[in-house]
Amino acid sequence: MWRWLHPYAKPEVVYRLLGRWLPWVSIGAAAVLATGLVWGLAFAPADYQQGDSYRIIFVHVPTAMFSMSLYIAMAVAAFVGRVWQLKMADWALAAIAPIGIVFTFISLFTGAVWGKPMWGTWWEWDARLTSQLILFFLYIGVLALYHAFSDNRTGAKAAGILAMVGVINIPIIRYSVDWWNSLHQGATLTVFERPPMANSMLIPLLTCMLGFALLAGALVMQRMRNEILRQELRRPWVKMELQQGEQA
Amino acid sequence: MSTVLAVSHLASQRAGRTLFAELTFDLAQGEVLHIEGVNGAGKSTLLRSLVGLVQLQAGHITFFPEQPDLQQNWRAHTLFMGHKAGVKSELTALENVALQAQLCGVDNIDAWQLLETVGLLGLEDLPAGQLSAGQQRRIALTKLWYSNALLWILDEPFTALDTFGIELLQQKFAEHTANGGAIILTSHQQLTWQTERLKRLRIAGGDDAGY
Amino acid sequence: MQATSWQALQAVMRRDLMVVMRRRSDVLNPLLFVLMVVTLFPLAVGPGPDILGRIAAGVIWVAALLSALLGSERLFREDYLDGTLEQLTLQPQPLALLAFGKVAVHWLLSGLPLVILAPLCALLLKLPLEGWSALVATLLVGTPILSAVTAIGAALTVSLGRGGALLSLLLLPLFIPLLIFASGAVEAALVGTEAWPQVLLLAGLSLLTLLLSPFAVAAAIRVSVN
Repeated sequence: MWRWLHPYAKPEVVYRLLGRWLPWVSIGAAAVLATGLVWGLAFAPADYQQGDSYRIIFVHVPTAMFSMSLYIAMAVAAFVGRVWQLKMADWALAAIAPIGIVFTFISLFTGAVWGKPMWGTWWEWDARLTSQLILFFLYIGVLALYHAFSDNRTGAKAAGILAMVGVINIPIIRYSVDWWNSLHQGATLTVFERPPMANSMLIPLLTCMLGFALLAGALVMQRMRNEILRQELRRPWVKMELQQGEQA
Repeated sequence: MSTVLAVSHLASQRAGRTLFAELTFDLAQGEVLHIEGVNGAGKSTLLRSLVGLVQLQAGHITFFPEQPDLQQNWRAHTLFMGHKAGVKSELTALENVALQAQLCGVDNIDAWQLLETVGLLGLEDLPAGQLSAGQQRRIALTKLWYSNALLWILDEPFTALDTFGIELLQQKFAEHTANGGAIILTSHQQLTWQTERLKRLRIAGGDDAGY
Repeated sequence: MQATSWQALQAVMRRDLMVVMRRRSDVLNPLLFVLMVVTLFPLAVGPGPDILGRIAAGVIWVAALLSALLGSERLFREDYLDGTLEQLTLQPQPLALLAFGKVAVHWLLSGLPLVILAPLCALLLKLPLEGWSALVATLLVGTPILSAVTAIGAALTVSLGRGGALLSLLLLPLFIPLLIFASGAVEAALVGTEAWPQVLLLAGLSLLTLLLSPFAVAAAIRVSVN
């Protein structure tokens, strides 16, 4: 048998590439997010039923959306790492997971805060909130496994397998929780099932979504750079890079 | 005699430290490769990366380059034994030997005969967990007597064996190479068995090692 | 000469069965655990049949999940320590197949006894008779999922030496659909509607899990023996 391993992407190349993009993405994230949030929180009209309390969706909806996307991205990275033996993809998992769990936490927290005026309780076993809580647990599992190994590379591979198992499970979990929720007649947030949102609310919401996406991108890129440096600490190119950084 | 293993430009790292790089060697039938090096030099890592237990950083490994039919199914023609004996402590020596053989696809072994050969007769129905490390190792080594593998890769095969055991094992090595087999082994002690077809490879942890 | 896949599978399964037969407490202890957890509930919430009967299926299933975690160590731990796992990864036969054999033995000695124990638990928790068949059916089709998914977690954590709490963090979220559909089926039977849609759904999930999980287990083993 003929086994081979090719360094598809050189870490230093990726590091510099990310370094070049990072400022633009960061500036973009700051600008779009500021616009979207100020617009949504201060200028968008109040909801005729929920008053001002609905404004939390400008944070809740984007974070909830991207918490899931980040988990999927993590699993895709793990898959790429496995199939093409790309160590950089393994590292991406370590870069993405903490961002994902923070997004999940924010969406859970804002969901609970929103629940107080909506249902009069901080926590309701609503299908979406419950699924989100389970997603939070899935993230905890991946992170706990990653940190349990003293060798980061092994940790990343193990956590990657778990992330792939988790991503196959997510649709099943979603479906089972929806079914369970319908069985027990829980409360459901119906913002999205109502007739289409007015543009005056929708546009700032979409702006916030774009802003949060850029924010997630910028954070992941920065973490990825750190991860590359940490993994390649003993390589000569890191030393050169750091010296150049000091001179500049 | 054809080549059983061709290795080129092999490199491995552990914890950010280069263990070996640009390692190139090959091994033909009838040859013995003795890998030497201090503790932590990467001998075990090298053996484990040969069989795919450890991921390589770079390099090519080709088993049986001149025999495509063997190359296709190299795992069946390669025998690897690591530090751990792979012996179940709950099972008796006899059961261990029988199950090991079954896993290798050999049904017609005489387990009693094998135990006698390695000097375990009389201990055959004790749970292996009650035997000493050297005796457990002997159980594992019975594999060498019925295996059809062409290439043996043995990590510290002499560990825990007494002088009689070491002598026995070296006789087996001589027989194997005489029959056209090849052996790669690590060992801290020199072989007492003298063969002209002994190659040495020194790994010096980080330096470019050659021979 | 080389063992056929079938021979190797047999050898793996036979070895595991023989080992467990020498250590019967490994099989017995998780079952006794389930029995004791089930006993705790009447003591905690009172012995009235109205409340006990309602929570019975849920309690039995939660106990089953926890006992699966408790018994997970014996799947790969010993094999890892004594080098058997390393040898299995080097077998010419597909590792996923051998892993499947180990999962099958594990189910035979942990899942199946649980199914047999279920009526006793149902009795202790005063589960109304209408729910019994649904409970047994869900355990029968659901416990293979338990064994298969537990095996993934056990293989991932085998080299760490301190599975316990970590393993439960990894696995419990994955068991949620199983818990929901299984207790839902029993509840459906109790209120007089059909339970078989959920049981069939569980059977489907079970099949899917058994089909896919060996590959995850094999990948996890390869990472762990590295």
